[in-house]
Amino acid sequence: MNAQLVDDLKLSQLNPGQKGTIVSFTDAQMAVKLMEMGCLPGEVVEVERYAPFGDPIAIRVAGYQLCLRKAEAAVIIIE
Amino acid sequence: MANLKVALVGNPNTGKSTLFNLLTGLNQKVGNFPGITVDKKTGFCKLSSGVSAEIIDLPGTYSLYPKSKDESIVFQVLADKTNPSHPDIIILVADATNLRRNLLLFSQVADLGIPMLLVLNMADLAKKEGISVNVNKLAERLGVQVVTISARKLSGIDTLKKAMAHTTLIATQNTTIDARNYAPAAVDAVKEKLGDVSDYYALQVLHQHETLTFLSKQQQEEIETIEVTNGFESVKLQGEETVARYRQLSKILNEVVVDLGAEKKFALTDKIDSVLTHKVWGFLIFFFILFFIFNAIFSWSSVPMDLIEGGFAWLTTSGHEYLPAGVLTDLLLDGVVAGLGGIVIFIPQIAILFALISILEDTGYMARVTFLMDKIMRRFGLSGKSVVPLIGGIACAVPSIMSARNIENWKDRIITIMVTPLVSCSARLPVYALLISLVVPNQNVWGIFNMQGLALMAMYLISILAAILVALVFKFIIKARERSYFIMELPVYRMPRWKNVLLTMYEKSKTFVFEAGKVIIAISIVLWVMSTYGPSNRFEAIEAKYAAIEANSTDSVQLASLERDKSAEKLENSYAGILGKTIEPAIKPLGYDWKIGIALITSFAAREAFVGTMATIYSVESADGEQGELRLRDKIAASKDPVTGLPVFTFATAMSLMLFYAFAMQCMSTVAIVYRETKSWKWPVIQLVYMTTMAYVAALVAYQLLK
Repeated sequence: MNAQLVDDLKLSQLNPGQKGTIVSFTDAQMAVKLMEMGCLPGEVVEVERYAPFGDPIAIRVAGYQLCLRKAEAAVIIIE
Repeated sequence: MANLKVALVGNPNTGKSTLFNLLTGLNQKVGNFPGITVDKKTGFCKLSSGVSAEIIDLPGTYSLYPKSKDESIVFQVLADKTNPSHPDIIILVADATNLRRNLLLFSQVADLGIPMLLVLNMADLAKKEGISVNVNKLAERLGVQVVTISARKLSGIDTLKKAMAHTTLIATQNTTIDARNYAPAAVDAVKEKLGDVSDYYALQVLHQHETLTFLSKQQQEEIETIEVTNGFESVKLQGEETVARYRQLSKILNEVVVDLGAEKKFALTDKIDSVLTHKVWGFLIFFFILFFIFNAIFSWSSVPMDLIEGGFAWLTTSGHEYLPAGVLTDLLLDGVVAGLGGIVIFIPQIAILFALISILEDTGYMARVTFLMDKIMRRFGLSGKSVVPLIGGIACAVPSIMSARNIENWKDRIITIMVTPLVSCSARLPVYALLISLVVPNQNVWGIFNMQGLALMAMYLISILAAILVALVFKFIIKARERSYFIMELPVYRMPRWKNVLLTMYEKSKTFVFEAGKVIIAISIVLWVMSTYGPSNRFEAIEAKYAAIEANSTDSVQLASLERDKSAEKLENSYAGILGKTIEPAIKPLGYDWKIGIALITSFAAREAFVGTMATIYSVESADGEQGELRLRDKIAASKDPVTGLPVFTFATAMSLMLFYAFAMQCMSTVAIVYRETKSWKWPVIQLVYMTTMAYVAALVAYQLLK
């Protein structure tokens, strides 16, 4: 809602079970790859779980499960 | 011969390989795409009309814009009309349960203007999940034939074959986006240069020209100029194009797909995941599975390996008995057959390791292992996927290095390949066993631990530690060729497809025998010649000496022992023996004499040859009388330095030798497989040099400190 007022929320900041809607990406090259895998702006993503040492992250998006490193999840801005 | 070339294109995990296996059966072969380290799987398939088709399985990808070297093959093959694998028609395999993402690739490929048809795999699963696809409407909107199949349940394959036969050789598909929306001036300029190509083809070439090997240097430079003068922003345009394609696809899918209720397929997977990726249970289960694999490679393979060993021994003995004696027979039996035996012996372990790995992959568990281990392994320049090859290395480096192919990232994969042979394999076991029994007392400490067992375990721990530390060093030396992405699908858990498992076993064993086999046989022959022949004057002298002694002897036991002595003396004077003496100054600081030098040379090909060579060399001493029928271990332990009269095998020498065998690359099968997997001599040579250096230094330090 008020993403402008607070700092941008990154996907990597969510806890397991929390959901968010993809707004934009902070890395254009990574954005292309993420979109090809179904992470489009407007899609709802849910953090499923973190690996035992807190990295990588498993997320649910567009009807399937993806895993990505925390640094990769940090380029996804959500609300 | 095939009258039709068909390429299979699709996302990973869509059942593309299963479909390939169904279409071609055992009628397939693995080759190379010219100049690139990617396997090319092709096979033949008879279509219903009596037409035969050559099927080419292209690497799975989410997009024509490649993330890895493997993925870059797809556009290279589809774009280059002169490529021998360039298809007449494309079958795009899509997962019906996740159509939108799968159709992104379809729409990119469609815009290249090659005739194609769409296969919706897992149609049965989609139905179960409440996803209903109006196939006719989809076909109409896309402008291609759409066939629904279930590769698992073997349904729809005949329909697909008919559809392949009916595909026109003129592309019928509708274009999804207008490539001229993106950099029209640059697209026009490229079309002018390359002639008859589609707008989208030109756009792709603009994006990818730096890596397209079919373009001449001049063409690449010309396109680079076009890119610069038109201010072509590759990354930004890729993003815009992807968004536009999804927008177009959403329109189509809204008319075609009715989702009656989803999420069902995840319920079970979620439950399994909460255990398998749990921070305690996940690791416990993983280590249990590793232990199971390790154990299976050792125990299941022992019977077939004994049979193979026995079979080859029988072949050699009876060959010597029935074939006319002579150089050719010796070459055939002791060179070629022995070399072949050294290859075939590995087949049971390779088959078992790959059967288990393909089950883990097929069920979806491997993706979870990667997820679980990635963070730890990344610290050492490896990836979550390096775990399996490293553990497999305890059994045998050869199949393990082959299994490193699962690692998409080039740098991670090379590092894994480079350090896997450091992990102590089963061939080092007999060497360790012999040396430990020589110098470590067979006593228990604290009542329960056997000291010899502890020493053996220490050798394995040292080897794993060495592998991890060397990986860390390579992490800083090797430069990454591509940006590393970890983004990966975690597929839904499924039952393994047993036919795929069998085919993988068969294919990997075959590849190993034919590819590594050539090199191994060549080196075996060289080694045989070196240890059989020596300067003729020396050999004649030995023959004359023994002929004279044997003439005076009638006792058959004595004769047999004389024959053994003769062969030992011949080995000593053979080129290998001379080489052993030549390198003596170099290995003296490690605590070795020329006899161990010979063993080092003969075990260059395969380290397990150490024990056999030692047996041959030390049989010399048995003729001295008093030691008589002592076992090899006792003979070696009793051997004295001729100058000082001190035992050769001290604790320091044995430790130094064990460390040498732990680190040295004495396995030509591994050298051959590293060459095959990296398709260059650079990596096996680097590996040979660094491992030998490490072995030498470790052995030197150990001997000098302990002596």
